[in-house]
Amino acid sequence: MTRRGTVGGHTYEFPTLVELMAKATPARSGDVLAGCAAESAAERVAAQTVLADLPLATFLDEQVVGYDEDDVTRLVLDTHDPVAFAPVASLTVGEFRDRLLAWAAAGDEASISELAPGLTPEMVAATSKLMRNADLVAVGRRTRVVTGLRSTLGLPGRLASRLQPNHPTDDPLGVTASIVDGLLQGCGDAVIGINPATDSPARTVALLELVDEVITRYGIPTQSCVLAHVTTTLRALEQGAPVDLVFQSVAGTQPANRGFGVTLDLLAEARAGALALGRGTVGSNVTYFETGQGSALSADAHHGIGGRPVDQQTLEARAYAVARHFDPLIVNTVVGFIGPEYLYDGKQVLRAGLEDHFCGKLLGLPMGVDVCYTNHAEVDEDDMDSLMLLLGAAGCTFLIAVPGMDDVMLHYQSLAFSDVLTARSVLGLRPAPEFEAWLARMDLLDDAGRVRELTADAPAARALLAAASS
Amino acid sequence: MTDALDRPLPASDDPWAVLRAATRARVALGRAGDALPTARELEFRAAHAAARDAVHQPLDPSLVRAQLPDVELLEVRSAAPDRATYLQRPDLGRQLAAGTELPRTGADLAVVIGDGLSPRAVHEHAAGLVTALLERLPGWSVAPLVLAHQARVALGDAVGEALGARAVVVLIGERPGLSSADSLGVYLTWGPRPGRIDSERNCVSNVRPPHGLSYAQAADTVAALLGAARELGASGVVLKDEGPALPAGAG
Repeated sequence: MTRRGTVGGHTYEFPTLVELMAKATPARSGDVLAGCAAESAAERVAAQTVLADLPLATFLDEQVVGYDEDDVTRLVLDTHDPVAFAPVASLTVGEFRDRLLAWAAAGDEASISELAPGLTPEMVAATSKLMRNADLVAVGRRTRVVTGLRSTLGLPGRLASRLQPNHPTDDPLGVTASIVDGLLQGCGDAVIGINPATDSPARTVALLELVDEVITRYGIPTQSCVLAHVTTTLRALEQGAPVDLVFQSVAGTQPANRGFGVTLDLLAEARAGALALGRGTVGSNVTYFETGQGSALSADAHHGIGGRPVDQQTLEARAYAVARHFDPLIVNTVVGFIGPEYLYDGKQVLRAGLEDHFCGKLLGLPMGVDVCYTNHAEVDEDDMDSLMLLLGAAGCTFLIAVPGMDDVMLHYQSLAFSDVLTARSVLGLRPAPEFEAWLARMDLLDDAGRVRELTADAPAARALLAAASS
Repeated sequence: MTDALDRPLPASDDPWAVLRAATRARVALGRAGDALPTARELEFRAAHAAARDAVHQPLDPSLVRAQLPDVELLEVRSAAPDRATYLQRPDLGRQLAAGTELPRTGADLAVVIGDGLSPRAVHEHAAGLVTALLERLPGWSVAPLVLAHQARVALGDAVGEALGARAVVVLIGERPGLSSADSLGVYLTWGPRPGRIDSERNCVSNVRPPHGLSYAQAADTVAALLGAARELGASGVVLKDEGPALPAGAG
């Protein structure tokens, strides 16, 4: 069904919903690469104008990726909750944006947050395309998603972190040194999560046992994760390893997930395995997913109805539908990791990070962000600082942090542990409550609740440094 | 692990040294309030600057020619006209610029030196590796070397086909990391033609003496792979399975 929009006296035609969504997307290199981006600024606004008048319910009847050929689409439509959708069922996309902003301004978190089961990724993606960065922040911070395992995440006024202690050879001492460095800087309340250098079951089990030992010995209210492939984690579960969280990268189409070597059934099986271990104390969310705009395109798995390329932001939102089906403890987009052919510069990365957070939250996900970049993108530390602070203001569930911004295994730059402290102090945010109490018990907080700058002979530093000494 | 946790701290003037000695990660940097101290911040910036400059420094053919005075060297460009386009359009970096002409040689082997994501790696290591490789291929006819601007790995398929070569070896600058801005990668493809996929190639990465692979180590591996590919009439996963084991890090 061709839709038409007029801007500046010129009428633009959008033959399909796929093209309308793509042309309405704020500019980014990945959509140019895919050949679906608007060809002029005016065409983009024309598409946004048409999108604003589209009834939200259109997305229940008209697909971007076909129902019969894609299990993500089937998952979305088969689990759609019409009761949750009812409060906004009569609105257009533009009216929905306005309504969200009104609720956000009034601090009405319940009205926003209870919509999630009634919203589809395409509805949320379409709405984000009409929003400015500040809109994404304003609504994001009023969308409440609380999860827990051994720490509680997503509470108001809190900002958690994933401590990412990667090492190029998974050396136990090297990993432990980075864990200690992060703990001493108040990081790790969302998860201590390691990307293994090799995806072997034995290595995964060894790393799981190492982090479990640290967590148990010091009574740290957090959880561990080794970000191996889900099939590797299944093997670890069979061997009785201490698996807190099942991890998997997921994408927004069935072929892209096939490229990752995962199916929905496999994810369900692994989740059931972790759940059966009963390792939670304050909750039972046992999955962790990572996503990122461009992952479907990079796998040549980005096509929708009629074989047309779907824009990467819409596909990203569809990945969140996969994640939410498995009640995750945490989800994050790895926003600048994939490279400049998908997000070229600081402006595009910043926009994408805010979009991903907004879309994830609105769909009911405990959304975090890996604020990161590679050396061939037009991005630097200043861009990362801007995105970090905006995400903090947007109520982001957690940020990823590594020693000194430098991931020596994956060869990219993320935030430093101290950056998390900056975000918390600038924005008046605190760690997860259980973890904050642990920091206090370890004498790592000063009277104002701020993470101390320690000397090495401080008792807490001595205790943790002992863990890293051989 | 329990043993390590129970051991007392070693006596030391700087107990943080325990952390620093255990990993190359930037641990125990100290703090200025909730931020990094100035010196640590500037160290990071210097590493990032080196990586950025390695990406954006233009390929300088004269630097390569000066190191290979006796070798015939042709120059080509990909369809990406400038660096900004190159970085955003990998598809253009895999195609030759319109109107590119290369002699049809029917040689056994074409060698392409591409700037990739680190022209600096080409300036520093391409000539040394080419020399070491050609020494190890006495029975092979080799087409004139091709120096390619704004090149991705798959540009070698188009060059190899145009030259009528049976195989192509692409030496290309790898994406710079903070601690390695000059790493060269080598990709071998048997029967080069546009449309070849990554699983049809063999790769040796991190050629970067003295920190990474030496020219001799890399050339030994590539020469062995070429020999096996010629026997099999194919390269890639199929060759990796049946051929000699690649050295660690050869990916």
